[in-house]
Amino acid sequence: MINLSAETMRRIDDVIPHYPMKRSAALPLLHFVQEDQGYISSEAIEWIAAKLEIQPINVYELVTFYPMFRQKPIGRRHIRVCRTLSCAIMGGYRTCAEFQRQFNTGLGEVSPDGEVTVEFVECLASCGTAPVVMIDDELHERVDASKARELSEKIKAAPAAGAR
Amino acid sequence: MPAPEQHRLIFRHIDEPGYSNDLACYQRNGGYEVLRKAVQRKPEELVDEVKKSGLRGRGGAGFPCGVKWSLLDRKSGKPIYLVVNADESEPGTFKDRYIIYRDPHQLIEGIMITCFANKVERTFIYIRGEFPDGAKILEKAIAEARAAGFVGPNIVGTAYGCEIYVHRGAGAYICGEETGLIESLEGKRPYPRIKPPYFPAVLGLYQCPTIVNNVETLCHVKHIADMGGEAYSKIGTPNNTGTRILCVSGQVQRPGYYEFEVGRVTMGQLLNEVCGGPLPGRTFKAVIPGGSSAKVLRFGERYKGKRKVGAEMVEYDWGVEDIPMDFDSLAMIGSMGGSGGVIVMDDSVSMVEALGNINAFYSHESCGQCTPCREGSLWMKRITARMVHGDARPGDGALLKSVADQIAGRTICAFGEGCAWPTQSFVAKFGEEFKSYSKETRGPRPDGVPELV
Amino acid sequence: MIQPATPDLVTVNVDGREIAVPKGTNMIEAALRLGIDVPFYCYHSKLTIAGNCRMCLVEMGMPAVDPATKAPVMDPATGRQRINWVPRPTIACATNASQGLHIRTTTPMVKECREGVMEFLLINHPLDCPICDQAGECKLQEQSTGYGRGYSRYVEQKNVKPKRTLLGPRVMLDDERCILCSRCVRFSKEVAKDDVLGFTDRGSYSTLTCYPGRKLENNYSLNTVDICPVGALTSTDFRFKMRVWFLRQTNSIDTESSAGANTVVWSREGAVYRITPRQNDAVNDTWMADSGRILYKAVRAQGRLDSVRVNGAESTLEFAVKAAAEILAGGGAAVVASGRSSVEEQFLSRKLCEALGARASLVARVGKGDGLLVSADRNPNVRGALVTGLVADLPSPALDSLGAQIDSGSVRAVVSIGEDLAAAGLTAAQLARVPTIYLGTHANATSASARVVIPTLTVFEKDGTFVNQQFRVQKFARAVPGIAGATDDLLVLAKLVAAVGGPVPGADVGGVWAQIAAEVPALATMNHGDIPDGGLLLDGTPWAALPFPEGPSLHFTPAASAPREAKP
Repeated sequence: MINLSAETMRRIDDVIPHYPMKRSAALPLLHFVQEDQGYISSEAIEWIAAKLEIQPINVYELVTFYPMFRQKPIGRRHIRVCRTLSCAIMGGYRTCAEFQRQFNTGLGEVSPDGEVTVEFVECLASCGTAPVVMIDDELHERVDASKARELSEKIKAAPAAGAR
Repeated sequence: MPAPEQHRLIFRHIDEPGYSNDLACYQRNGGYEVLRKAVQRKPEELVDEVKKSGLRGRGGAGFPCGVKWSLLDRKSGKPIYLVVNADESEPGTFKDRYIIYRDPHQLIEGIMITCFANKVERTFIYIRGEFPDGAKILEKAIAEARAAGFVGPNIVGTAYGCEIYVHRGAGAYICGEETGLIESLEGKRPYPRIKPPYFPAVLGLYQCPTIVNNVETLCHVKHIADMGGEAYSKIGTPNNTGTRILCVSGQVQRPGYYEFEVGRVTMGQLLNEVCGGPLPGRTFKAVIPGGSSAKVLRFGERYKGKRKVGAEMVEYDWGVEDIPMDFDSLAMIGSMGGSGGVIVMDDSVSMVEALGNINAFYSHESCGQCTPCREGSLWMKRITARMVHGDARPGDGALLKSVADQIAGRTICAFGEGCAWPTQSFVAKFGEEFKSYSKETRGPRPDGVPELV
Repeated sequence: MIQPATPDLVTVNVDGREIAVPKGTNMIEAALRLGIDVPFYCYHSKLTIAGNCRMCLVEMGMPAVDPATKAPVMDPATGRQRINWVPRPTIACATNASQGLHIRTTTPMVKECREGVMEFLLINHPLDCPICDQAGECKLQEQSTGYGRGYSRYVEQKNVKPKRTLLGPRVMLDDERCILCSRCVRFSKEVAKDDVLGFTDRGSYSTLTCYPGRKLENNYSLNTVDICPVGALTSTDFRFKMRVWFLRQTNSIDTESSAGANTVVWSREGAVYRITPRQNDAVNDTWMADSGRILYKAVRAQGRLDSVRVNGAESTLEFAVKAAAEILAGGGAAVVASGRSSVEEQFLSRKLCEALGARASLVARVGKGDGLLVSADRNPNVRGALVTGLVADLPSPALDSLGAQIDSGSVRAVVSIGEDLAAAGLTAAQLARVPTIYLGTHANATSASARVVIPTLTVFEKDGTFVNQQFRVQKFARAVPGIAGATDDLLVLAKLVAAVGGPVPGADVGGVWAQIAAEVPALATMNHGDIPDGGLLLDGTPWAALPFPEGPSLHFTPAASAPREAKP
């Protein structure tokens, strides 16, 4: 059974009429559900499909196509390091390696302390301030290895304020 | 010749101290006055102004905007849609981001003028999922504009109305392709459509006539409606009118965004003066002038031929530094203006590794619909990955070129060219690096040079 | 300069040869009409255009006209209108015929395109040919031979994907072999109306799948196996059973219902291995139902009758016919004929009725039509019985009137041609009351209690014709020899007719048709050999007022008059 907050349900019901065809609301609904629950479960996929009067496979196809959607929970903080050319030239791989070292974690996993998931993403459209990193929704610019260390310290110093 | 001053038309208020992205600030600076005047005119007149202006799309293809609008099928009786391409994902490009985050009302005003001119009643802004705050900023700005009567039914007291909805993407570069975007907006996997028959102007969103325009392009529309198409066409250079925002990244002293009249700044002026030249102790080696899909230029190359200047054919003999940064010149010397993303590499960069980085990007982003791009992009990535991390063979460069040649021109959408051109141009221009790239000859990695793939 | 042939047709040019085709025909079809093969994977004539395999790339050109005056521009070298060839190749499947369209399929560019696409399709394709069921009918094999480069340059690792997924009870999926042409996805959505397949992940890692927990189990799932150009989707029933190049193909008809889907029966050395649909654009396109494909299993099923019996003891055909004649000589005979018999058998059944002075009843089989290729009438050939004059009405649901006649004593002997009287509604008591002569293929309550049992042939073991719901007479042919102990129905019926004193009609299809052509108005002056493979439409108006049970289905709209079942 899917258990979305009242706020999420309101956002969902508001957005569906924006489109002449319900199926278009699939992406917004997936975003809202992921923001609510942290990831997209199979119950969520079936619920969204029923809500939009399409088949579960039609939603499942989207969840697996778009890298931003995940089917499993991640660490409390999401660290996305850009790996595309400009950021790589300016040291993006070293930045990522530093984050991984700081939290003793591999790519795409939940770190042992549950704090972070570190992964590479493609160009984040801020190449002039390379290397760039997104931590949750916030963009951090000119993140070399030492700034990565600083940001990691900040994350470690601010333990979970509430449930994710 | 020294570099000209920037001509900050679109970016006038970016970096202006005290300028904020709310409606009040925008209106203090004359905001929405152009819209007020535009809706008093006939929509066809506004389309004419854009045609006269010579405005070319700023998303990457450089297609004349007025021509795109005039291709709309107005006879079918189906509703006409505008889709704003805010998916900015071309590597090396970072201009739409600032418009959205710092001056969103300029975009909204440009959208409303465009919608009025094309009799559009519903618009979607497709914004990439990695701009979550940008989406919120846009929604807030639209709400402000709606409250003030600039968006929604009966704008500024007229009978005309148009709704704008923000729609977030979720991390796919192919959603920047206009028909891929449309499929994504319809809630399906973003597989680009075959053209013919699915030209967006005829069979676009929900099989209705649709215009897909880039964020920056729509901002230019506002200024064209303001000053008139003819005045706009005098900015820039013939057939390459107006201004464009060049995004310089990579190994220069001062990377960043710079807005110039199209064609009035050369590559050399841009990189050496405006951006301060190479990093200390380094020399420029290569530059990609228009986003990673554009063919790379090698410093030291010469480009020779004849080109039309005014009514005459004039000879040109250029080095990389001499190329004027406009669509036609860059196309003429074998690359493209593209999205304006200028990526600079210096002599510390291995071109094999740089290509490895680019190939990994394209193979990751390939939607997988059509055979050449799906299989070819991954093959090219595997070859360069093997070269860098495993065994490079002397024939790998030729193999890469041969694979790329089998992709370009054979695919459903321009992603085929996008993933093939880097490989073709890197191998063509830096062939000796590819031939000699092997563990034995490459030597230890110099300190301070980061890995790229 | 290139004149259109008629107002509806346009003239196109393929490799220098001109042909007139309806405007809008796609160029693969146009080329095919000239006998020119344009290779493809994702294109299918009955599905929407996908355009993703890129194998059908050809060079395209349009006649040059002056933009201002629209006058044709001539090419001085050839003296004909110049053709502006587009520098980029285009896909033929999405190129529709318009006046003067030119395509070239044999140029070096086209050759390179094809070699390129073949190479790309093969680099991640597993080397499964030795164990893959598709071998011998695999498009990848055929087109790499015809258009591929012939050697591999790929030295990297190949993709690994799920290899042996049971997609549904009848379909096995090997994702590594899949070339992502999307034919199966389009079919499931557009034809079977069961949108259950899709692609997950992206790029070269895209994988065909069902939603986890769902299955591809609709009654048309095996059509995806037919249209899959490679061995990604295979039939679980046929898996590993036989190499296709050993199999003989025989044209037949699906007897599951009156839809009459055209089929191909694949057999070797007397055994049938599988049934696949046969293209008939007027009846079943390229499809058939899964439930019709397993009917061949009846040939060797348990309970197949294989010896003539009289009063329970093994006997000979001659003796059995004589015994039957004796039973029938007492008068009061009734004939239960069958909507599953062929037209020829029904004609002879009528001759038998005439000789006996009996009336024929048919047993009704009505189910729910699926709107596609399983119609509501599960008898394939009721209309054959009408056309031959065997009956004048549709079968009644149960043999009530026959039962009453048995009870009252007016019927004192029954000949059943392939119908189980108990299943058709007669009680055990009624069955016991009258001596029965049973002609049929499988054991049942009637054959168990019949005085005379003469085993006959299944549709796979004989020739004949059926008349489908469209009133189309369609031929089926013998795929395998009859099992030992069974006799051709026509021979048995002819002997019976002769034994009860009727005129001796022919005892095989050819012979019977001579009489059919003479006596049956709807089939007058016809010749079995002349019936085309796609069947021949008869005039059904003499029976238009009958309340046929079929509702609308593929290529069939019931006549307006009588009551119909609702569309499913």
